Amino acid sequence: MKLIKLSASALAIAAISATAAAARDQVQVAGSSTVLPYANIVAELFGENFDFPTPVIESGGSSAGLKRFCEGVGENTVDIANASRSIRESEIQTCADNGVTDIIEVRIGYDGIVFASDINGPAYTAFTEAQWYNALAQEIVVDGALVANPNATWADVDASLPAEEIQAFIPGTKHGTREVFEEKVLLSGCETSGAFEVMTGELGMSEDDAETACMSVRTDGRSVDIDGDYTETLARIESNPSGVGVFGLSFYENNTAKLKVATMGGVAPSTETIATGEYPVSRPLFFYVKKAHIGVIPGLKEYASFFVSDAVAGPGGPLSEYGLTPDPELGQTQSMIENEETMASGS
Amino acid sequence: MTDATAPSAPVSGDAEPSSLFTQTNRTKRRNAAEKRFKAYGLGAIGIGILSLVVLLVSILGNGLPAFKQTYVVMDVTLDESVLDPNGNRNPEDIAKVLTFGYTPIIRGAAQNLVREMGGEVEGLTDGMIGDMISKEAAGQLRRFVLANPDLIGTTQEFKFLANGRIDGFFKGRVTMESAQIDSNVSPEQLVAAERLAEAGHLTTSFNLGFLTAPDASDQRPEAAGLGVAIIGSVYMMLVVLALALPIGVAASIYLEEFAPKNWITDIIEVNISNLAAVPSIVFGILGLAIFINYAHLPQSAPIVGGLVLTLMTLPTIIISTRASLKSVPPSIKDAALGVGASKMQTVFHHVLPLAMPGILTGAIIGLAQALGETAPLLLIGMVAFVRDYPGAPPEGLFDPSTALPVQVYNWTQRSDPAFFERASGAIIVLLVLLVLMNLVAIILRRRFERRW
Repeated sequence: MKLIKLSASALAIAAISATAAAARDQVQVAGSSTVLPYANIVAELFGENFDFPTPVIESGGSSAGLKRFCEGVGENTVDIANASRSIRESEIQTCADNGVTDIIEVRIGYDGIVFASDINGPAYTAFTEAQWYNALAQEIVVDGALVANPNATWADVDASLPAEEIQAFIPGTKHGTREVFEEKVLLSGCETSGAFEVMTGELGMSEDDAETACMSVRTDGRSVDIDGDYTETLARIESNPSGVGVFGLSFYENNTAKLKVATMGGVAPSTETIATGEYPVSRPLFFYVKKAHIGVIPGLKEYASFFVSDAVAGPGGPLSEYGLTPDPELGQTQSMIENEETMASGS
Repeated sequence: MTDATAPSAPVSGDAEPSSLFTQTNRTKRRNAAEKRFKAYGLGAIGIGILSLVVLLVSILGNGLPAFKQTYVVMDVTLDESVLDPNGNRNPEDIAKVLTFGYTPIIRGAAQNLVREMGGEVEGLTDGMIGDMISKEAAGQLRRFVLANPDLIGTTQEFKFLANGRIDGFFKGRVTMESAQIDSNVSPEQLVAAERLAEAGHLTTSFNLGFLTAPDASDQRPEAAGLGVAIIGSVYMMLVVLALALPIGVAASIYLEEFAPKNWITDIIEVNISNLAAVPSIVFGILGLAIFINYAHLPQSAPIVGGLVLTLMTLPTIIISTRASLKSVPPSIKDAALGVGASKMQTVFHHVLPLAMPGILTGAIIGLAQALGETAPLLLIGMVAFVRDYPGAPPEGLFDPSTALPVQVYNWTQRSDPAFFERASGAIIVLLVLLVLMNLVAIILRRRFERRW
């Protein structure tokens, strides 16, 4: 008897409160794990300084975040998607199909991708894009022909590098960072090493095919995809000190006691060299706001403008302290949020 | 086929006379086999205990420091020109000064403290001194000023958190050598911290905040706590208990006592056993589809987590409940029916009370299993950065929160090494809770279980 009463009352309570808790009053964010620490910092400051509730931030990767962002409009969908790459045409289409038409694109700054290894490991101190291409591509050009990558050690790639087995830990395909790595390191290395020219010229490949060939990574175990976070890459490097890993600049700066960083093309990564564009491997970070939710979810617009305010995202602010390179065009972004300019009307 | 053909030592008709004092070869072999088996068993237990010890030592070694924290005690002058520029003590005007305005005050106070102590540390800049105080301090000071606007203009004593690296130095995580190459801390700061500790301004004490404070961002690992996660876990357990126990018990009583035995109940039985073995992530996918996308319950809410974990715990509870119902001797049921009790009276007056200890044990073990579950929560948005405490139930069940295992998962992914210590500390809290729950289960069984 008691049990029946108990379960009946429990169900009743659940039913009553389901109607009571209809309106959501905090901002919900999902997306890139690269943007996550920055978003956490801003959310914390936002909750500390304003009367709005602290936004809830989830991670899971840029693609996963944008997928959830595009699920539709309404309180049980996320308001903001963090992304470490810009939104794709196909994703805009999916969004539009689900009724998410007005999207505000906010660029928060730039993040560097660094190549680091164990602090006591071999002397990987200077790399070029061409070296990475020759070390990691599936097929490279040898004597005018495409052959399966024969390089086994870094010294095979370039005599100036240590004679250590090639073992690279690169971000997995679900990360936005992977896309940047492929384009800014592998493809650009392919071009500077002259392989791209050979492919399109002597081998008669189309530009698209050549690009795909440049960006495909070898699958014989010398390059390892890391699907988790940079902490996993760090753990792999600690257990395998002759390996080289791909990290975000901010992660490296928090772990300088364990990692040493290599220059790329002779330039050491820092927020300054990234801001000037000297350091080649960097990418903008974004978040996307559903315009339809502004005015419905309290604090959404305030959070977005607080995020890109000079005090937060500007030089000397908490985000640049953590490793974000401030966007020189921050003022433009601020006025864009102020006027709620969507992507269609903005560009 | 094979073991039938093992005619070891073909027994001849006239075997040698056996004696109690001399063992035959056969007896020796049998005794040796038994000794070997015992050794295997001991080895297996030894491996188990060894791995448990290694696990516990590593977790305790890494995690216990999280329960202590380094604090800086210092005087701060609440400068009126900064904190209340209009000078009218209007709470709205004071609230317009953001934490960015409070930071220089705290940094200035820290610089005064270190400089006044005397004994110049070479190479120690004002910026370095300011960085020794946690970034959480500005928020703490702002909350204090907003609560006590009358104290603006006075000098008050505050107890702020020290920066995570300074804290790590007193816990042995950061050393002078590692500070040389660490870009977030310098040996000069550590020297100054040592002097402050000698002067009694820097103390290490029990860290209650670790159990009560909400999560904190990557810039202030020293402030991160388990408060929201513990509340979230408790809420979810309440939902699981309120739903899984009645539903599970009702289902098993019906199946065990009332249901006719036919192919339908057979199918149900097979499915219950199957459900118990389904990977928990599947329940997460189900929860996302049903509770969030279809029933439009909010994301990241303990109610959804609780519902998903209920589905996961149900088979465990049903199986254990049925087992304990079965163990009640039929003679008791027959006696009750014999004196004229209805079937329902028999079940509720006699069978259920006798089976209760077993049912509760099963429920607690199911709860303990649900408490440690992360995978299904990943899909319903509970693996998140949440800083606001959920409200009181029942409304609070719909507010966003995290859970204990989720917090462990979250912290292991942060870049600052100080979070590693916090994650191990959270594991300790989780382990203590699990041990307590299992202890309750054992006590219930010992005290109330009847054997026939």
